[in-house]
Amino acid sequence: MTAGVVGRARGLILPLALVVLWQALASIRGIESDTLAAPVQIVGALGDALVNAEFWIATRDTVLSAALGLALGGVLGAMTGLVFGLVPPVSRLMRVPVEVLRPVPAIALVPIAILIFGFGYALEVAIVAFAVFFPVLILIEAAVRGVEPRLTEVARLLRLSPGARIAKIVVPAVLPRAFVALRLAAGLALVVAITVEIAANPMGLGARMILAAQSLRAPDMFATLIWVAVLGWAINAGLVRAQAALFPDAQRPR
Amino acid sequence: MTTVQAARGPETPIMAIAGASVSFGAARVLDGIDLELRRGEFVCVVGPSGSGKTTLLRLLSGLQPATTGTVFHQGTVQNGPARGVAIVFQDYAHALLPWRTAAGNVSLALEAAGLPRAQRADRIAALLATVGLAAHADHFPAQMSGGMQQRLQIARCLAQDPDVLLMDEPFGALDAMTRQKLQDEILRIVAASGVTAFFVTHDLEEAIYLGDRVVALEPNPGRVGAIFDVPLPRPRTQLSTREHPEFLRLRRDLFDFIQQFEP
Ligand SMILES: Nc1ncnc2c1ncn2[C@@H]1O[C@H](COP(=O)(O)OP(=O)(O)OP(=O)(O)O)[C@@H](O)[C@H]1O
Ligand SMILES: [Mg+2]
Repeated sequence: MTAGVVGRARGLILPLALVVLWQALASIRGIESDTLAAPVQIVGALGDALVNAEFWIATRDTVLSAALGLALGGVLGAMTGLVFGLVPPVSRLMRVPVEVLRPVPAIALVPIAILIFGFGYALEVAIVAFAVFFPVLILIEAAVRGVEPRLTEVARLLRLSPGARIAKIVVPAVLPRAFVALRLAAGLALVVAITVEIAANPMGLGARMILAAQSLRAPDMFATLIWVAVLGWAINAGLVRAQAALFPDAQRPR
Repeated sequence: MTTVQAARGPETPIMAIAGASVSFGAARVLDGIDLELRRGEFVCVVGPSGSGKTTLLRLLSGLQPATTGTVFHQGTVQNGPARGVAIVFQDYAHALLPWRTAAGNVSLALEAAGLPRAQRADRIAALLATVGLAAHADHFPAQMSGGMQQRLQIARCLAQDPDVLLMDEPFGALDAMTRQKLQDEILRIVAASGVTAFFVTHDLEEAIYLGDRVVALEPNPGRVGAIFDVPLPRPRTQLSTREHPEFLRLRRDLFDFIQQFEP
């Protein structure tokens, strides 16, 4: 445990040194730039932001749209992946449509989505859901295909009904890999939500960042950027912990 | 169908294969198989690698359909897996649910049979005790040794309350000591439950030690080459049975038989 803390602390040495160096350069030579800011200014801007109600509303808007989009796209993607994995003919039938739609960058759909939904939550949730849907679909389909064939035979020998086979064999077997898909999709959802906000949607942390940049408030922009990074890191760390708790080594096949 | 039904009775073989063959594409793996399993007997199957032992077992289980010919179970034509026929696979690590405890794995068969939840716990405890795993009910398969995992698989098969127990080299991956222990346990379990046992093995001595009859397959395509009766007395014991003159004679006969097909 202490070794882990020490190891993590050691990992912070280099970034901290760089920040100190950056601050030193900024203090000695002065930064006359609209694109850069000294660390002290950024920390100040972040401090101001954290006591600002609008900042928290922006945070809520971004996290909520990312989460709703993740839930919508994730559930639809997982269910489709389950059906594709269990019924290969359906998967073959749908291969062309999937391969046509999948490479479309989600962000390229923003103009259409604006026409359909206007600005606001629905727009962002829809784009995030689209972006998350395909990777989840593909990972879950592969996971269902990868279920140990021996277990499928055990299900046949015990004459489990299709529903019982899915509930008792397929879903538990797929769950650990589904969780990996969830982690991947959660990161993607945050990226896409913020991109939609930067590109078009006038809400959330992305809009706050682009507004700060356009008003030449570099410290505020960097403060928001750091906040976004912290959110992304915290979400991933939470999911990694949940993964370790939900799927202990003892329940992994040897 | 009615004629078959009419033939049902204590004398009817519990399972029978009549003129069955199995082909994978153009490759004929089993050919002209005729075999009967009598109620309560212990039949072992030996044969060179690739002679179709596993395929024969899967044919009996209903997992593998016959290309030609028929498989009968309890006097009726079998068209797929039946709850009365259980398989112990060699690769226990793949055949158990890694996310369920020992008790949970046994429970799967009871759930499949629709046993109400309230009645499961007692059955599970009794079955785990039968295979000597009473103290390990809460362990996950990954926390158990190979021998224990194989016992667990046997317990799950017994939970099906089968009349036929098929085993495909169940002890092949275990060390010699564990294997001998499990041989004696399977003999005890089979005798106690009255189940008919069909046991595939590479080990000729194991086949003689366990079996009432030993079926020797010849390869390319797989056929029944010879059937040896094993008139050794029961209960069998590792030391005296293996020194019995009849045991030694059978071992020589089987060895000579298999030897013909080794390159
Ligand atoms: N699903 C399959 N598709 C094609 N060929 C198969 C299939 N299953 C088995 N075979 C072939 O059938 C033959 C017999 O296989 P089988 O596994 O029944 O032999 P075995 O006697 O159990 O061998 P071993 O002693 O090595 O376990 C082999 O040549 C094998 O390649
Ligand atoms: Mg085999």
